[in-house]
Amino acid sequence: MKPCQYCGQPATIHLTDILNKTKTESHICEACARKKKIIPETGATVQLNVQALVQLILGQHREPTTDDPEKLSCPECGMKFVEFRAAGRLGCPRDYDAFAVPLGQLLEKIHRSTEHRGKMPLGRAASVVLDGLRRELNSAVAAEEYERAAELRDRIRQKEAAG
Amino acid sequence: MNLDDLLPNLGEWLRGTGADSDVVVSTRIRLARNLADTPFTTRASLAQKAEIESRVRDAVRKSTLSGDLEYISVQEMVPLDRQFLVERQLISRELANALEGPRGVAFDAKESVSVMVNEEDHLRIQVMRSGLALDEAWEQIDSVDNALEARLAFAFHDRFGYLTACPTNVGTGMRASVMLHLPALGITKQIEKVFRALQKINLVVRGLYGEGTRASGDLYQISNQVTLGKAETRLLGEIREVITMILTYERQARQALIKERRQDEQNRAARAIGTLSSATMITAEETMELLSAVRLGIHLHLLENLPPTTINQLFIHTQAAHLQKLTGKHLAPEDRNAERAKYLRNRLRDLGTSTK
Repeated sequence: MKPCQYCGQPATIHLTDILNKTKTESHICEACARKKKIIPETGATVQLNVQALVQLILGQHREPTTDDPEKLSCPECGMKFVEFRAAGRLGCPRDYDAFAVPLGQLLEKIHRSTEHRGKMPLGRAASVVLDGLRRELNSAVAAEEYERAAELRDRIRQKEAAG
Repeated sequence: MNLDDLLPNLGEWLRGTGADSDVVVSTRIRLARNLADTPFTTRASLAQKAEIESRVRDAVRKSTLSGDLEYISVQEMVPLDRQFLVERQLISRELANALEGPRGVAFDAKESVSVMVNEEDHLRIQVMRSGLALDEAWEQIDSVDNALEARLAFAFHDRFGYLTACPTNVGTGMRASVMLHLPALGITKQIEKVFRALQKINLVVRGLYGEGTRASGDLYQISNQVTLGKAETRLLGEIREVITMILTYERQARQALIKERRQDEQNRAARAIGTLSSATMITAEETMELLSAVRLGIHLHLLENLPPTTINQLFIHTQAAHLQKLTGKHLAPEDRNAERAKYLRNRLRDLGTSTK
């Protein structure tokens, strides 16, 4: 039996993705599948969450970010979101990812924007293009436009290989 | 570096020249930058702060800026020298007094460029110019930033831009401030109206020494609040537009003063000179107010033989740390007022000012 790609426990869910004649396999145990929201966290009937599944296949799965902001903390510096709210200063650059959702709301209030425009470090332009494609891909997946998603995925892979 | 060598110089921001210098004292742009993969200053250990300091020093030394910028440690500096640099606007009050551990500043002989290390952000790059010079200041700070970036990996996020300790600075990390002398808008009681309008369009008004300081001597700093979502050149364009408008208002108010109450204004300027050149005790605050009246008198052509640069020199030399360096002795706050008055009496006698 194949081990789960996340925790090494025996996998019970096996996915095979064939695209452009390349085959990718994913193996996941039930616990991890619940954690990744591919199947519901509770409930006896195992119903697949198509969107989460597609994200997984496309290698775009990100940790769910809908958690209560009060409980968020940065894996890098240990800063808790509540500490930030009290002090008004962040702990390290990684906090911007760890607190992305509540910070995004705050930035919207302060700057009426959440997207940087303007100067970027030299040689950063390519990676920004890539990031834009990834975001497009996410929204294509969310809108269940799978053909377009596959197309975007290929473009990302090409760019990654070139980069 | 011997800081006392700076004493006879005015520094870039007080040269009193440049575009629109009848109203605009100086233009300043700063960029907040942080090293990637390192905690922000407030959360960094002393060892990490020392590491940040040495990396930045090293980058400055090996960069194209090496001939111009010299680094000095603020941690090792005596309080008088720290205050001296605050008065010259080369470092912030926070870097001087509030923060702890390894920290410092690199600046050039013209006092136009300064790079604070371990302020709220690892680097606070600053460029100052006399008069209204947003484009020139941006061009210069952009190249200083590039020179440092060639040797340091800055924390940059594809979505949020340059990452900063406080989310109010994230994105461009840029704050552009223009310091204006607005006595006529003050006299004609229009200043509040102007500032209410500014707040609506997200520009901030502050006193001379930055956040939380009171506007004294009719000096105001106007700066952008937003740092995220708009490119630097656009933010600068928005500030320029507003400054141009305020310039027009101030000049109109000055014209109205000279037309409608010339004698009153002449009297005000003459009395200001009179007090400055005869007082035996005077506070820094009162000095600022009187110098403001004198400055207005010069621009209204009511005073002779007094270049604006001299006002700037009197202004900086009568601040606490400068005064103590000039007299060469430690002065308790109560002794400063007498020394300040003495300095002003001597200087104005040498200049032989007179009203028309």
